[in-house]
Amino acid sequence: MLNHQQAAKLGQSIDPVTLTVIEKGLQQVCSEMDLVHEKTSFSPVISEAFDRSNGIYGLGDGRMIAQGELGLPIFLGVMQETTRCVIEARDDLEDGDVILVNDPYLGGTHLMDVKMVRPFYYRGKLWCYLSNTGHWPDTGGMVPGGFNSTATEIHQEGLRIPPVKLVRRGRMEDDLVQMVLANIRVAEERIGDIKAQIAALTAGARRLTTLLDRYGQDVVEAAIAELERRSERMMRAHIDTIPDGTYEASAFMDSDGVVNEPLEIAVSVKVDGSDIEFDFSRSSPPCQGPLNSVWATTLSAVYVALKHIFPDVPMNAGCFEPIVVHKPLGTFIHAEYPRPVAGCAAEVSQRVMEAVFLALAKAIPDRLFAAPAGTSGNLSLGGHDPETGENYIMYYFSGGGYGGWWNGDGLTNGCSTIGISKSQPVEILEQRYPLLFESYALREGSGGAGRFRGGFGVSYKLRLLRGHGKASFLMEHGRFGPPGILGGEAGAPNRISISQKGRAIEPEHISKGEDFVLGPGDTIEVNTPGGGGYGVQAERDSEANADDRLQAYYPDHAGAA
Amino acid sequence: MSVSVGVDVGGTFTDFLMLDSATGRFATAKVPTTVDDRSRGFLQGIDELGVPADAIDWLVHGTTAGTNAVLERKGARAGLITTRGFRDVLELGRRTRPNAYGLSGNFKPLIERRLRLEATERMDAQGRVVTPLSESDVRAAVQQLIDEGAESLVIHFLHSYVNDEHEAAAVRIAREMWPNEHVIAGHEIVREMREFERGSTAAIHASISPIVSQYIQRVASSLKDKGFRNELLVMQANGGMMSSALVASHAAHTVMSGPAGGVLASAEIAKAAGFANIITGDMGGTSFDVALVVDGKPVITAEKDLAYAVPIRIPMIDMHTVGAGGGSLAHIDKAGMLRVGPESAGSFPGPIGYDRGGERVTITDANFFLGRLNPGSVTGSNKPAPIARIEAALSEQIGQPLGLDATAAASAIIDVAIAELAGAIRLISIEKGHDPRDFALMPFGGAGPLHAIAIARELGIPRVLVPRFPGLTSALGCVLADVRHDFVQTVNLPMRGIDGNAVVAIMRQQAADGRALLAEESVDVGQVDVVHEFDLLFKGQSHVLRVEMKGEAFDADAVLGEFVRAYKQRFDLELPEMVPVLANVRTTVIGQREKVDLSIFRPSEGTLASAETGTRDVYFDGEWRKARIYDRDSLPLGAAIEGPAIVEQSDSTLVLDPGTTSRVDEYGNIVVAIDQTPAAN
Repeated sequence: MLNHQQAAKLGQSIDPVTLTVIEKGLQQVCSEMDLVHEKTSFSPVISEAFDRSNGIYGLGDGRMIAQGELGLPIFLGVMQETTRCVIEARDDLEDGDVILVNDPYLGGTHLMDVKMVRPFYYRGKLWCYLSNTGHWPDTGGMVPGGFNSTATEIHQEGLRIPPVKLVRRGRMEDDLVQMVLANIRVAEERIGDIKAQIAALTAGARRLTTLLDRYGQDVVEAAIAELERRSERMMRAHIDTIPDGTYEASAFMDSDGVVNEPLEIAVSVKVDGSDIEFDFSRSSPPCQGPLNSVWATTLSAVYVALKHIFPDVPMNAGCFEPIVVHKPLGTFIHAEYPRPVAGCAAEVSQRVMEAVFLALAKAIPDRLFAAPAGTSGNLSLGGHDPETGENYIMYYFSGGGYGGWWNGDGLTNGCSTIGISKSQPVEILEQRYPLLFESYALREGSGGAGRFRGGFGVSYKLRLLRGHGKASFLMEHGRFGPPGILGGEAGAPNRISISQKGRAIEPEHISKGEDFVLGPGDTIEVNTPGGGGYGVQAERDSEANADDRLQAYYPDHAGAA
Repeated sequence: MSVSVGVDVGGTFTDFLMLDSATGRFATAKVPTTVDDRSRGFLQGIDELGVPADAIDWLVHGTTAGTNAVLERKGARAGLITTRGFRDVLELGRRTRPNAYGLSGNFKPLIERRLRLEATERMDAQGRVVTPLSESDVRAAVQQLIDEGAESLVIHFLHSYVNDEHEAAAVRIAREMWPNEHVIAGHEIVREMREFERGSTAAIHASISPIVSQYIQRVASSLKDKGFRNELLVMQANGGMMSSALVASHAAHTVMSGPAGGVLASAEIAKAAGFANIITGDMGGTSFDVALVVDGKPVITAEKDLAYAVPIRIPMIDMHTVGAGGGSLAHIDKAGMLRVGPESAGSFPGPIGYDRGGERVTITDANFFLGRLNPGSVTGSNKPAPIARIEAALSEQIGQPLGLDATAAASAIIDVAIAELAGAIRLISIEKGHDPRDFALMPFGGAGPLHAIAIARELGIPRVLVPRFPGLTSALGCVLADVRHDFVQTVNLPMRGIDGNAVVAIMRQQAADGRALLAEESVDVGQVDVVHEFDLLFKGQSHVLRVEMKGEAFDADAVLGEFVRAYKQRFDLELPEMVPVLANVRTTVIGQREKVDLSIFRPSEGTLASAETGTRDVYFDGEWRKARIYDRDSLPLGAAIEGPAIVEQSDSTLVLDPGTTSRVDEYGNIVVAIDQTPAAN
């Protein structure tokens, strides 16, 4: 095997066609893993919502060689951290092993993202790691589905799995599987998900072997080194377009779910030539509730934010080189054991990104957008359906408006910025669970006014038909709407309203709360945030204003109109 | 019955193909598409075929008019009446964004918000009435939409796929108040669950139905004036056709029908030539469309998106579009990597070689420079390609940044494009559960045969089948298509203990509906085939696998056995612990048309030497080689060609690399055997 210098040297002499072909080849290995994973999974969070990621990671430090383009964005920087932690924790990996891990503090996110790492051997020698992650519908813990909002330590949140061998030299460790399945809800289908996740790694190993056979180990290694160098060059070219200086901004979380006070993410972005540094040290200290973020997720959120601003940079470890993120020790976005972290990947990460967007909007407004809804809007509902005699867990993630951008209004009902998942159809939810949606509508008036207004959030109301259920909410932007930029107004904040036996209640923490007991006829109404506006409303095009009125996007014909 | 004419109206050109099976004569024509009034170009082309309208027995028409109207949001002004509380479903979509990375961009719904109205009514997921339909709401909404100037109307209620009672009642009221053939209920188009997808399909229908049916009526009446006595037939996306009488009620089915015709023709040609499994590659100016033909039949899907957030749930030939065509631009990105496409020079200004003002290097320019395309013969021009300008552009735009000369730069562009296309084909095959090496490649479209050999090599595909008229394949598909109608019904029943009689009742109803349509069409068909298919999945999953079963019975054990086998083959997984579920019942009713004998394309006897028009220097694998040039129209039956060689014809150019051996078969196809393949796959 070539060392890094040798590979880099050979890489510079590699012909442009081979380089592009190997780049595409590595991507196709990952895409094939993503495909197998998605098509064979039982978890609708994976098969419908694409909450999974597959990739190829390097020896030593687990650096990202390639990762599936259709994986969930938040895993962009997470998976190499997971792989690095596994490499550090296990020096006894052998050909045919698969490691299982979900420990948030070891390169993780929340407990529901269960990762697998497979050492890949080529011609008898360890060559790289194939890793993937899939969101399991449940990993035990105090609420069905894992999205609790009141835990004060990780042990309440679910089963924490250190890096253990799920497959040992090609043989599944059944005892371990039984142990895992005994500790999670609705376990029957999880063996299907475990098999799907392993099948994806197997498919990747097969395809990667073919690629190496075809082009030769030395050439592929040299190409990988060169591709990294070029990604770095491209990222640096983009950073170079940002005027040198220090840009500061803050984003706020409603509360941690336990203590009803806002949390601040304060970022200071320093741009110097083609280098960019992020300092989050002025952020709030660790919080009691589950709205802490672990380091891998915070770091990844910064990467994803930059990728949203400069989407054309190819993804590999090279594009992270110019980016320095200082570890915000002692803050809630660098959580350590045993801090609870259920809201880390879905919520805190999006607020980290919002802080980055708001800071860079001050530097390069022609590449930016006002704040998007920035919440995954998780509603979990678990209960028993007397008609089918079965227990159920439903998670419903809702979208919100995106911010107005430099040349248009924000998107209505966009997905979370860390996700790419589709929402589940009402007709499927009503078929699977004992509930009825009374409405599923565009939330009028929610887009922040501006020259380019924010997109609209969603307004939905559902009614429990039979049996009893417990509802939990893990949402955000309830206290403050997503801010506008350049004089644009904020989007409307998130609202939750529950009706129990005709009595209307709102969660004390506005956007969070758990174990609201529902009986037949009780309802839940959620109004998700709209995006922030871009630029001042007075500069809005008169035709656009007229269309807003015509389509009744603002209920009182005032608002942005 | 003997004279058949196929017409494919594309974005730039309209292609015509006439086959006279009695005399063994065929004729072709190509005229510019008249975008302002497509029927004008249509009639001009018919004239050019040299056959009087009253002598034409079959006239089949494929068109992209509907597709383009949807893509450009230039469709009819459609209105929607839907379940109270759900009027925004079409605008909210499935909570996506245009690209995984980047938060800019927007989405315009097919039906604007002010024309989306609500009526009080509700069914539950089992089809039980929760809230009765308010007929007065429906009447008020219909009146409002008429007053607002709507041209078409969709009634779309939740759960109508399981109980259509409310939709049917509402559409009855609407049709009474507003006698208009462009009033439709969602369940009349597709009976599948998922409200956004079903609603989107109905909205596509309503957007194009007035446009497509007015156009077809205009063509039909002009044809009648010219003496045409038969029913004008229209191509569908599923590779079948229908009578123009059904266009108003089946407009959504005409979307993408032109390209579908090409795949259908490929399947028929391949079958005649003895190839059951082929991958088709249709390469034009801006894109490369890939489809699979398995066991002689094009793979059909009902899960396509016409564009971002515009899903369509009617069965269509499963085509995947890759953004690389002849006009695709080559450039060096910020990381110094050579990229080809997806941006295209389009037909205007087009490649540098077309000399219409294009200045940026395209795949076509690389082909001119490397001698693969004849620089002296440029489509739609009487001037030769400006080779010196192409060379300068190649050096400047691609060569210098990469440290290559113009020749190496041109070669690199082709190689990168090939890698991209081959990779896309591999992924598409795998996604459908196939290994590309088990297939032959059939290139068509003007540019398909230019790159087919290299793509096949890259994929380890042993043989390439080049049809007689690669540029007219879609028009040929129109001539070869049978009459076809598809039906789907979502059932969602666990396979264990399933009531087979209930399933059979659905199958019978669908078959009866199909026969009724055939009767309505007054098209002369012979045998009627009915095919039943079943979509299955394991409880909890989202993706179905389709299983076909012969006969009119429903044998649950056999269906389940086939599903388990197919699942194992596709994913190498067995899941005995899971609960299999029957998701959808599908029926296809096919009215067989008189078969056209493709040996009409049989070449005459003769010598290969008489077809040779000269030689040209062509660049292959790092060196310039002397390649023989042949005229396709003069190639005799059984001619054997050794690569390197180039075969030219008015609608396409075939590049035969060194190391290939080709033979002209009795249907005029060129069958290419590739001697050695690299260790691909």
